[in-house]
Amino acid sequence: MTLRVNDLKVYYQTLRGDVHALDGVTFDLADGEIMGLAGESGCGKTTLGKSLIRLDSRMRHVGGTIDLDGKDVPIADDDAMVPLRYHEISLIPQYAMSALNPTRKIGRMINELLRSRGVRPADISQELTRRLELVGLDADVLNRFPIELSGGMKQRVVMVMATLLNPSLLIADEVTSALDVSTQRSVAESLVEFRDREYVKSMVFVTHDISLVYQMADTIMVMYAGRIAEKAPAKTIINAPRHPYTQMLISALPEVGSTMEQGRLEGIPGTPPGLLNPPTGCRFKDRCPMAFSKCSEQPPLLEIEPGHWAACWKTG
Amino acid sequence: MLELSHVHKVYRVGAFGGGRLRAVRDVSLTVEPGEVVSLIGESGSGKSTLGKMVLGLSRPTGGTITFDGTDITTIRGHAARKEYYRRVQGVFQDPFSCFNPIFKADRVFEMIRTSYFPGVSDADWRDRVLAALATVRLDPGNVLGKYPHQLSGGQLQRVLIARALLLDIKLLVADEIISMLDASTRIDVLNLLSDLKERGLGILFVTHDLSLGNYVSDKSVILRKGAVAEMGPTLRVFENPLHPYSRHLLSCVPQLHRTWAEVDAELAANPPEDVVLPVAADEESAPLLEVEEGHFVGIDQG
Amino acid sequence: MTNVAGAPGAQPAAEPAAPRKGSETLHYARRNPKLLIGLGIVLAFLLLGLIGPLFVDHGPNEYVGPQSQPPSGEFWLGTTSFGQDIWAQFVFGVRTTFLIGVFGGGVAFVIGTAVGFIAGYKGGIVDEILNMLTNVVLVLPAMVVLIVAIAYLDARGVFVQGLFIGLTSWPWAARAVRSQALSLATRDYVDLARLSGRRTGKIITTEIAPNMSSYLVMSFILLFGGAILIAAGLDFIGLGPSDGVSLGLMLESAVAWSALQFGMWWWFVPPGLGITVIVSSLYILNVGLDEIFNPKLREL
Repeated sequence: MTLRVNDLKVYYQTLRGDVHALDGVTFDLADGEIMGLAGESGCGKTTLGKSLIRLDSRMRHVGGTIDLDGKDVPIADDDAMVPLRYHEISLIPQYAMSALNPTRKIGRMINELLRSRGVRPADISQELTRRLELVGLDADVLNRFPIELSGGMKQRVVMVMATLLNPSLLIADEVTSALDVSTQRSVAESLVEFRDREYVKSMVFVTHDISLVYQMADTIMVMYAGRIAEKAPAKTIINAPRHPYTQMLISALPEVGSTMEQGRLEGIPGTPPGLLNPPTGCRFKDRCPMAFSKCSEQPPLLEIEPGHWAACWKTG
Repeated sequence: MLELSHVHKVYRVGAFGGGRLRAVRDVSLTVEPGEVVSLIGESGSGKSTLGKMVLGLSRPTGGTITFDGTDITTIRGHAARKEYYRRVQGVFQDPFSCFNPIFKADRVFEMIRTSYFPGVSDADWRDRVLAALATVRLDPGNVLGKYPHQLSGGQLQRVLIARALLLDIKLLVADEIISMLDASTRIDVLNLLSDLKERGLGILFVTHDLSLGNYVSDKSVILRKGAVAEMGPTLRVFENPLHPYSRHLLSCVPQLHRTWAEVDAELAANPPEDVVLPVAADEESAPLLEVEEGHFVGIDQG
Repeated sequence: MTNVAGAPGAQPAAEPAAPRKGSETLHYARRNPKLLIGLGIVLAFLLLGLIGPLFVDHGPNEYVGPQSQPPSGEFWLGTTSFGQDIWAQFVFGVRTTFLIGVFGGGVAFVIGTAVGFIAGYKGGIVDEILNMLTNVVLVLPAMVVLIVAIAYLDARGVFVQGLFIGLTSWPWAARAVRSQALSLATRDYVDLARLSGRRTGKIITTEIAPNMSSYLVMSFILLFGGAILIAAGLDFIGLGPSDGVSLGLMLESAVAWSALQFGMWWWFVPPGLGITVIVSSLYILNVGLDEIFNPKLREL
């Protein structure tokens, strides 16, 4: 078992009160597993991704634990997290393209990063070149400035940087959202390749695009309003989802080749609840066509069949 | 209704405008009433530039854009331009940046009123606004009197469509209007576009997402580097893509029930026939070749 | 798009319905301490400069009392080593300071914003020419030009001084306004206003300028403060109005007649403090205005 998250609660502090962005999230991630983390904006998926590596100043760890390879991850203690970053847990941020310092050459940036992590760049330079080639980049990029690279190239550079120390867990936050379809595919396939070559042990791939995550993930976890709605193998989520939210979300996605004439798709009426004062019980109940009286109690996340977890009274 | 004929757009770039950037190259297409035409392309394909030119926000460097017989590039003067916008309106990608953040969201309706309907009474105008909001399925209580940052992207986008509907428009240019919306609200906006189409509105739907492109549209135009790669009835373009670029794009789109590996295997089992592509005579032109009825394929750009 | 749950955009329902329309800005203005403090101090000084002199029955440079007196009931701020009433000098000086600020800052503001707006909105060749002009004036050693120009003139009044300050200090305002106008002119809502049949002039005044209102006010306030400081500097080196009194001139004579060495704090503290307090409350006022004009900042 690589990662075990237990009842994690992380709130955002605002002047109007705490925003319950993550409100009791429990899941496991196995060795070699690529988990797609999907959901709409504001569901807490990005917060979860960040919480696994670094809380920003507005985020507060309220409860719950994270274990990585059997060791506790002290997310509330920023200093204690420093040695873990890059070595154990690494992140490819959402706007990796702007994360690169425009005045530094790529090579210098990577060397600085390595030194700050206590690694001699010379020890690793061959491996670096090999991995750059693996993602289709020439070693020459090390002598270039970020501005000379295209968006897809920058994204790949950041990918290589983030995984250079073979972290146990990689968090990829919307890494392909700003890319063109063809670049998107190659970046996504490189990530899978990294896992296959065990550059990273397991991966959390945060995205809003379920059809993309289906292409590469082993499991998909769907979040809604700060909680987990459903987690299951990718095929099961797409073909046999059990939670009403997942079902409606999947059926709202137009497919290549589907047209309006073949069948009109429907969205989900209503909007997600505000998380400043989240409603009690099931958070989807106001938009759920199957809601009944029991839904005023919070449904537990239960394993309804091996590897398939859902939080709904109707599936239990 | 709308006809683009050999439209070019070349930007001058660099110091003293020395460089040339060809954003749109020899594009010809038409949009009829009640027809949705998708302009599909990756970044740099010129799709948004085309949308902006149709809206008169950018001027083509060559070719003509005619709307109901008038060449809009020759429209001069404020009054004529205003008349054009009475019939042609646009909705843009980022709903948040379409609203002036210091004013309330419903000010976009007021602007239409002061420009086009100064004589309409308060009560009458209110009825029209409520009707437009009902068409886009918004609850007036949720949006009127609110600031843009208090509304969600989907709500703002529908406010903007409602705004366009206050005018008796014939053509709507929808530039990436759902790329910033969530999956559960996207489809509602798409369905709304198809309702508008039923009412006889022509829609130019600019998108980078192939699956969205073919859900709503009657005709698809795939653009690459400013030129048309493939154009034809949506079903034909997606079932029988002719241009290698279109085939490549389709093989890269993440699909909901088929993985990339499955798509590749299928392609390998039934390799599509190669199509002879037209050849451009010079740097400027981009001829099309009609392969089957109404289904055109464009030049190869490497 | 924001991914923070519960960020302002994410929960439309939680907002209370805004009750009134026009009075809303006022509503927030009343509750902003920075604005109230800054504005209060500036207005207090303005009032002092406006009506203070009316209650002084002798000229600021007349020798009316005993020499070198510390503050007392009769002479509130004491007297100079020549027996001039420092309170009288102070209130007249504040008046001059505001005049120079409004006039000098105003001239610079008008030139700067006009050049900035035209350059930013029009773009192209107009932009390049105006930009070149701005840069030329920007690199002129303004203080030296001022010293030469003002020393050359025989009759030096407040307005001449203000005009010269205005003519040399506009470039940075032009550059700031230009860059703002440049970025605002490409916003989608400006395009949308065009699609709504608005004229260019109207778009500048109703779409672009209001978004910059705090920026414009800020520019004016900074120019205002800058003009006061430049004028004080000129006065201090003896190039002030030859026919009046200002806070800078007071400082000049205090230093010239060794007030510091004689421990006559009442001579140099009031003008020095006056300039500092006026200019800093202008800056505080500016920060407060920014919070009021920007609805997003209100809620943070």
